[in-house]
Amino acid sequence: MSFLSVSKVSKAFGGNTVVDAVDLNVERGTFFALLGPSGCGKTTLLRMIAGFETPDSGTISIDGEVMNTVPPHQRPTNMVFQSYAIFPHLNVFDNIAYGLRKLRLPREELRRRVETMLATVRLEGLGGRAADQLSGGQRQRVALARALVREPKVLLLDEPLGALDKRLRDAMQIELRTIQRKVGITFLLVTHDQEEALSLSDRVAVMSGGRILQVASPRELYERPNCREVADFIGEINFFHATVKEMTDSGVTVNAGLLGIVTLPRANVAPGIAAGDTIALAIRPEHVRIGREGVAGEIVTRTFLGERSHFHVKIAGRTEPVAVSGQPPSGKDATLAFPPENLIALPADQT
Amino acid sequence: MADSGRNLRQGYALLSPTLGVVGLALAAPMALLLLTSLKTQTGTGFESGWTLAQYGEVLGRDSYRILFARSLAIAGLVTLLTVALAYPMAYFVAFHTRRKFLWLIVLTIPFWTSYLLRVFAWKIILGYGGVINSGLLGLGLIGEPLSFLLYNPFSVVVTLAHAWAAFAILPIYVSLEKIDRSLLEAASDLGDGALRRFARITLPLSMPGVIGAAILIFVPTTGDFVTPELVGGPAGAMIANIIEVQFSQVGNWPLGAALALVSMLMVAVIAGLFVAAARAAAKAIR
Amino acid sequence: MKSSRLLFGYALAYLAFLYVPVLVLPLFSLNNSAFIAFPLAGFTTRWYAGLADSALQHALVNSLKVGIATALISTLLGLTAARAVTRYRLRGANAALGVISLPLFIPDIVLGISLLLLLGTLGLPLSLASVVLGHLLICVPFSLTVLIARFEGFDRNLEEASADLGEDGWMTFWRVTLPLMLPGIVASLLLTFITSFDEFLVAYFLSGTEATLPVYIWSQLRFPARLPMVLALGTLILAVSVVLVIFAEKLRNQGVKKPVVGA
Repeated sequence: MSFLSVSKVSKAFGGNTVVDAVDLNVERGTFFALLGPSGCGKTTLLRMIAGFETPDSGTISIDGEVMNTVPPHQRPTNMVFQSYAIFPHLNVFDNIAYGLRKLRLPREELRRRVETMLATVRLEGLGGRAADQLSGGQRQRVALARALVREPKVLLLDEPLGALDKRLRDAMQIELRTIQRKVGITFLLVTHDQEEALSLSDRVAVMSGGRILQVASPRELYERPNCREVADFIGEINFFHATVKEMTDSGVTVNAGLLGIVTLPRANVAPGIAAGDTIALAIRPEHVRIGREGVAGEIVTRTFLGERSHFHVKIAGRTEPVAVSGQPPSGKDATLAFPPENLIALPADQT
Repeated sequence: MADSGRNLRQGYALLSPTLGVVGLALAAPMALLLLTSLKTQTGTGFESGWTLAQYGEVLGRDSYRILFARSLAIAGLVTLLTVALAYPMAYFVAFHTRRKFLWLIVLTIPFWTSYLLRVFAWKIILGYGGVINSGLLGLGLIGEPLSFLLYNPFSVVVTLAHAWAAFAILPIYVSLEKIDRSLLEAASDLGDGALRRFARITLPLSMPGVIGAAILIFVPTTGDFVTPELVGGPAGAMIANIIEVQFSQVGNWPLGAALALVSMLMVAVIAGLFVAAARAAAKAIR
Repeated sequence: MKSSRLLFGYALAYLAFLYVPVLVLPLFSLNNSAFIAFPLAGFTTRWYAGLADSALQHALVNSLKVGIATALISTLLGLTAARAVTRYRLRGANAALGVISLPLFIPDIVLGISLLLLLGTLGLPLSLASVVLGHLLICVPFSLTVLIARFEGFDRNLEEASADLGEDGWMTFWRVTLPLMLPGIVASLLLTFITSFDEFLVAYFLSGTEATLPVYIWSQLRFPARLPMVLALGTLILAVSVVLVIFAEKLRNQGVKKPVVGA
């Protein structure tokens, strides 16, 4: 069994199923992200792991021990709350020392531990600072230190960077990753920010509507999404309608309308697709080629992003312009090519 | 959405002692009050049968009707006056002062002495040899003390408006203080002048405080017998004076119970109407 | 700003309206005449000597007992009920709050006489305990209002964070909930004590032979000869309250920084 194992866990609030028979396995020492839009059930899942909500069915176990009936204060987990939940009546030192009371450490040892932790989160010398005199970034660090000082088996982070501005968020991302490497504790991060999930984690689970759609490494998620929803949620992507003509061991031939008949490698086809299916053919903006051959179109918007640009090309027979990333041609006209090895075949939406 | 299971039981366990104490201490006496009002007094006890005679007496006699009408009119006037006088004061503290806490302390110091003595003080102010008469005499504006200042409905209204002022200032201040300042800026930004902004944003948002203050003042002033007895005289007597008499000296408890129930009902109905009207008004302004 | 100056003028006039009648009390308590009327007859402190009256001191002790008991019990009842309705989603919570707040809509005299009837029917003697019962009806809604306001600004995550950091329900209450609720609890204790200490109507009907201070004052107001002494008493109550509040304010400023609940 995995270090943290969630098995067939469901939770409903007032007849409304929020987490639906979720299975999740997290290995020891990984930085794992639960990624999904707001309301997808990721925070509820996290709170069930922490013990603040009770699963209606299924089991949660950590390091081989079933956690379902263990109250929050006895679980080997600690949490960084979205609001940080810094105790307003205690200073920084006492906030961090809060969870160490039970250990009945000698005074010196307590001080040493808290100060080591203050150094880890780079708040040296701020132990005496009152809770209401901390900046957003400092509050975040105190919340992190307070949880880490207990050396939990799993550290739970609920949108920990959500309240910070972009610059600080970027800096904290790097730091979170560094701290995780240093302490070696399993981190389980909940976020709606795909960039955050991809850049921080070893593995990412994408959640939607109470279910887990795909669990994979960031690169795999980006390059080989297993369904339209994941592809759409991770980065920008273009979709084309297509039907499967023929499937062989080496490749799949599809009729992609505007793009003609193309054959893509078998590895680019999501599981569950059969001949005759209507599918969605997807391609990332940076994989669209601009050249002389292909589909002609007209550039409608351009966004300059430094060394490359992002632009949208309107092509005949399609209402939505194609998103392209690269060096745009001067002038309005562009001819786009879609290399088959970069095309991904995904099941079309049921809708 | 309601909690379930263990949580639910904990919640009800926490709630029930308070609910039980207040509910019982309220329901049992009220039921007895109702039963008593259906009796007739004989000497020191009650006759055995049940009767509506007390209610016939209470609702039929002109003298009682006048007392009811006067009590409600006085309490209504006191409520209106107290709230109207306190509102600008609370507004000033909430929006135009820096040391709000100091102002609130200064405003409440006069209320830190006995209610009875605050009422009694007005007897000294308005009385024959009181502050106003001596002042006017001293200035030579009048030849002899004015006797009409005291012992009338007017003196009751002024005294009560003074005695209950804190109960208007504090709730109104709290509701004004709660108003998000950016709402006011938004109203100005959207073209409202100071007056229009006050009418459309500040006043409606402070309505909970105004309603709270009005109820805190109207209900107890209707049932006060201290003030009418000290500064009201015969012309300023209120319903509570008669109730008090039934329960102490003359001793007609059934009649007193009926009087109490009818006045309680009237107060409840008027307070309810007031809340409804204030809500409707707040809506209409928007 | 013109409106600001206008309001400031109004505020001064309003303060005069509040203060002038009350300042009459110390004025005449120091006046060397048994008659409460102008012109003043010279300075004396003899009325304050009259305060060494055993009936008065007995009444004062009674009022302190009733006030402290009322404050403690109603704050405790308010605390549990406020916790119940803010922490849990209970069916019928609003109806329960309505019942608990009902005394706010009932004139005190009606509360007084109906409790008098109840005690008479049950054959229980009038005592300070019956006064406390009446005062609880008046004070619990106040406690509840103050404490609900405090609990509503309370971040639930703080208690969860405490549980997450290893403390059970009881220790979480001691280490997080109670310290953060303290200002609300103190406010509730103060408000209910003052309300009970100054309450007359209910005490008048329920105190029997054990007069509280307001009941004692009421009995003295009938005797013109006792009036200057009563004014001295009122002045003293005022002075003690002012000193107490200034002292409390000093303490508040010196002590730990006032905790800010929530974000």
